This record gives sequence, C-alpha cells and structure tokens, in this order.
Amino acid sequence: MFAYLVKRAFQAIAVMFVISVVSFAIQDNLGDPLRELVGQSVSEEVREQLREELGLNDSFITQYLRFAWKALHGDLGTSYFFKEPALTVIFKKLPATLELVFGATVIIIGLSVPLGVYTAIKPNGLFSRIVMGLSIVGISVPVFLTAIAMIYLFSVELQWLPSFGRGDVVPIFGHWDTNFLTVDGWQHILLPSIALASIMLPLFVRLIRAEMMETLQSEYVKYATAKGVRPMRIYFVHALKNTLLPVITVGGVQIGTMVAYTILTETVFQWPGMGFMFLEAVNRVDTPLIVAYLIVVGFIFVVTNTIVDLIYGLVNPTINIARMGA
Amino acid sequence: MALLSVKDLTVKFAMREQSVTALDGISFDLAKGERLGIVGESGAGKSITGFSLMKLISKPGFIDRGQIQFDGRDIAKMDEPALRDIRGNHMAMIFQDPMVTLNPVLTIGEQMVETLRAHRKLSLEEAEQIAIVKLREVYIPSPEERLRQYPHELSGGMRQRIIIAIALLLEPKLIIADEPTTALDVTIQADIMDLMLELCQTNKVSLILITHDLGVVNQMTERTLVMYAGRIIESGRTREIINDPQHPYTQGLINALPQQTLPGQPLKQIPGSMPSLTNIPTGCAFHPRCAYATSRCKTEIPRTLRFGAVEVACHEVERLKAGQGKAGTGQPAANGNASANGDTSAYDEASTYDEASANGSGS
Repeated sequence: MFAYLVKRAFQAIAVMFVISVVSFAIQDNLGDPLRELVGQSVSEEVREQLREELGLNDSFITQYLRFAWKALHGDLGTSYFFKEPALTVIFKKLPATLELVFGATVIIIGLSVPLGVYTAIKPNGLFSRIVMGLSIVGISVPVFLTAIAMIYLFSVELQWLPSFGRGDVVPIFGHWDTNFLTVDGWQHILLPSIALASIMLPLFVRLIRAEMMETLQSEYVKYATAKGVRPMRIYFVHALKNTLLPVITVGGVQIGTMVAYTILTETVFQWPGMGFMFLEAVNRVDTPLIVAYLIVVGFIFVVTNTIVDLIYGLVNPTINIARMGA
Repeated sequence: MALLSVKDLTVKFAMREQSVTALDGISFDLAKGERLGIVGESGAGKSITGFSLMKLISKPGFIDRGQIQFDGRDIAKMDEPALRDIRGNHMAMIFQDPMVTLNPVLTIGEQMVETLRAHRKLSLEEAEQIAIVKLREVYIPSPEERLRQYPHELSGGMRQRIIIAIALLLEPKLIIADEPTTALDVTIQADIMDLMLELCQTNKVSLILITHDLGVVNQMTERTLVMYAGRIIESGRTREIINDPQHPYTQGLINALPQQTLPGQPLKQIPGSMPSLTNIPTGCAFHPRCAYATSRCKTEIPRTLRFGAVEVACHEVERLKAGQGKAGTGQPAANGNASANGDTSAYDEASTYDEASANGSGS
C-alpha cells in the first residue's frame, strides 16, 4: 500500500511539473506584464529598469525556477485585478464550483446507473429507444445552449427557478458557503447542475449500457443463469459490478473534465465560481490568476485520478493495492 | 422410466434471411444414474445439445420443435421461472473453461451460497456449512479459507473442482459437463475426470459428458452418442462403439486417435472438415468426407438403423459390415412386417424406426 502511494505520488509530481511548465510558458507569452502594471505613461528607461528589477530579463529557466520555488511555498503571484494573492482569490471561488460539480455528479450517478442498466437489459424497448435518442441529443447540444434553453423555459416562461447566482448560502467554515442548507440555495443550484450534467449524463448512460451489454454476454453471467440465480441478482450483482470497473476509470477523468466545463455553465448562470472567474481573468489579461487557475485545475485532475485509481483497486479484487508497486 | 427423454429436438438460429438448423431432430434417452457421452468434432452440435437441455441457448437460437422430458416434465415448454427452479437444482452444468466461468468480482463463498439460496431457504451460515462440505468432497484443501477467496487466487484445476462442487450443491439428478477438462493442463485432466466419475457413482447422479476425447468417453461413460452436423449418426454402448464402430465417421474418429498409429507415422485424420451450419451438404452431411459415399448418400438423408444395441445412420453400413465379413443384419427395429427382401425396401422399412423405437434404446 505504502509503496503504491509513493509511486502514485511521484507520478503526480511529474504531471504537476509538466502543468507548471506549460502554464508558466503561457504566462511568458501573454502580453507584456509591465503594460498591465504601469500603463502607458512610463518612459522606456524606467520600464527597462523595472524589467531588470522584476527579473523579466533573466533566462526562461531562471524565471521558471523562481516561479516554481514561490509556487511550492504557496505563492502563485498576485492577481492584477483583485490585488490579492491569486490562490486566495481562487480559494474563495472554489467552493461554489465544487458544489456545482458535486450537484452534477449526484445527478449523473443517480440517473446513469439505472438508465444504463435498463437500456442494456431491454435494448429494444420503447423506453430504451427514447433514452438512447435523448442521449444523442444531450451529447450533441452544447452546454451553453442547454443552459440558455433551460433558463428560458424554467426561469422566464414558467418562473419556477431562478436564472442566476447562488442565492442564499450558509457559511460552513472559512470561505466555504454552501447551497445545500437553504431552499433558495437548492433552487439556485438545480438548473446549473442539470446543465453541467447534460453532457456527461448521456455519455455515462451509453458507456454503462455498452459495458453492461458486453458483460451480459459473458460466460459467468450464463453460468449464473445455469445455477438458477434470479435475474435481478444477475443484473445488479454479477453484471453491474463488472460493468462499473471501466466506468470508474472513465468517471475519474470526467470529474476533472467537469471542473473545466464549469467555465461555460458558470458563465451562463453567473455562478460565482472559479470557472466564471477564469473567464473574467482572461478578459482582463490577469495573467497570474490565469496561471494559478490552470495549476489548481491540474492539481484537482491529478488528485481525483489518484483517488479513483485507489477506489478501482478496492472494487476490483484482482488488483491488490497492498501489494502493488512493490 | 428414463430420467431424461429427448425426442426430435430441433434447434434453429434465426439469421437475417432464413433460420439455420443447429440440431436436426435428435432423440435419445438417459436412465437415472446413467453416464452418457456425446462426441464429435467442433461444430457438430454437442454443446448446443447440452445447453438446450437446460433451455439455455442464447439468442438468436431457439427450440423449433421436439420434447425434452426431464423427470416427467417437458423442459422445452417451460417458462423462465419454472426453468429457474430446474437449473442448478435438479440439473446442473459444468462449463468448459473454469477461468471464465466464475465471476471475477465475487468470492467463491458468495457464488456458492447464492446457488443454494436461489433454491432453498437457508441462512448464510447454513449455506456456508453445506458449501464447505461439498468443497471437501471435491478434495479442496482448507475449504473455509477458499470461501473468502476470489477466483483469480485459485488455479484452473482448483476452480474446476469448485465448479464441480457447485454442481453438486443441491444434489441434482443430472449433471451436464461441457468439455470440462479442455481448458486444463493434461496432468489435471485425469484428476478431474476421476473425481467426476467417483462423485457421479457415489451420488448416483446421471451425467452427460460432452467431449471430443474418445479416451475420456471410454473411461467415463456407459453409452455414447456420436454427432455430426447437428444429427446423431451413431449411438450405443460405449464399449461397442469404441471397439466396433459402424459409421464411417466414427471409424474415422477412432482411427485418428494417436494410439491407432505407429510412432513416426502420420496420424490418420479424416480428410476435410466439419461443414458450417449455413452450408450443410445435402443427403448424408458426411458424404463429402466419406470414402464409401455413393450417389445415394448425396441425395438421401440416411435413416437410423439398429444393429443389436447400436444405432447407425448410414446408407452403406450393411455393405461395410459385409465387407468386414461380420454379416451384420440391419434390423429395422420395432417393425413387425419387416421383410428384408431387397436392399432398398430394407432401408425404407427402417425409416419407421425413428418414431417407433427411440425409447427402446435408452435403458
């Protein structure tokens, strides 16, 4: 177990290194930082002097090492716009995004498993055909369009649900305000969660269906039938457990992707999370904030994938985590 | 009374245009406690026979006609809940490859207990106790520990023993074993066969052993069916079939055994290969590969003739017997006015055999 964790940690460090180099390279090529800092009225000599002082004339490697050293100490630079450390700005926005991703994940897991299993068992039924048809629509229509359509229907026409913002939130600890403790908060998070889930849900329904249909063809399912085991037990114990193994792997990657997809959802719903913040930062050429966002999202990717691999090891008895990496 | 009586069983597979016949009107009986071998090359319909006895043919296969009388009930007409009561309970199956038969994510214990609890009202502890007893019967060391293990932690031979233990859990009347040792090491094959023979004899269980290994059939079974292209072409006492095969195909199978060839000589294989189901030859399906085939073999499906305890479906069998100087007389069974006054009429008389004497051969 320990050896495995160490191995995973080294992999994670390697990935984070690559992400940081790429992010830093972007920073170097996103316009002139001095223009953002001093404006146009400063003479070229003063600029040159500032450049020297800020270390912008050093080689790329020197600059990167300085950046990495600071980053390791929790300093990813200061946001030009907010005049605050970039990480602080992100951590204030992070809970909103994580709650949104959580809401979407609950919807995806809660619906994709029953729908995927059902459409696999009755592939030719009317309901299955409807689900499969809708899933194509869901995958094809972009998130922002789904979101706008839902706002039009549920907020403008029917006036059931609010169209923007987080509504009443309750602080839990630190910067963390939650939507899940007030009715208003629930109402506000519902539409954005559905919008965010609208791409991944059909994907997972189709994935679970495909894996399930393959598992149902396997020898051990036929054998279970030959033993006289009830169909429900065959579907949900024999087949589903095997079906979920590959789904978990894909799911881990998709949770990271979903954090990235929040940029669209949060923008349409004016959701005060870090996706919305990132888009604003791009508009303002707030380079340190952009870089910090990339690194934080990269970090979330690495962490979720590591956790998912560990869960996979727990679900799949043929992988012995305790002995892995040894 | 026979435990199992199959009559005119025909299994088809629905293809896009027309349906393909996988089993063409096979009939046989099996007495209680009797051990029957089904042999033939790959594609002869052996496995489909085994699976259809449990009505476990996967789509697009279906039972087109015929009866499967098991213990007084017709399995061919049963619905799923009734079949579930039979499967694993009164009739158990041992699959071919133990590496893929057990579910990889469930423990041995879970897979044994679920079988018991699918048919009996038992607590978890009671079920586990029965499982442990059965694991002992198949000589699994420290069975208590095995219950907590997953299939991948056990060897192929061990897994097949566990599958045999699962087959015995509910003390079935019939076990169908579909090439149970094909996927195993040669050294383990004999062990598994000995074990199955021992368990069938002590528990008085009927066995249908599907295999292509005539040596195994000789060791394990009392009666044998030889199948070719979805039909039974020869059946009878195993010893007689091995020692004195009548049908050219059976003769070919036995001549092809390595023991029949001197060291250094090439094996005497049957030329050609089993036809595919979509392209079964007319007349006797074996005629393109048969050294004795006549023009009649190409057009007319041979009827089953009875010679003592052996039944053969071949037009030329009498000529063959005569050639061997054994002077066999084809007795068109159960036919009172059978007057063998000429070759053709003898065969015609014999044609009534199928319906009339299918039962007589069984026990």
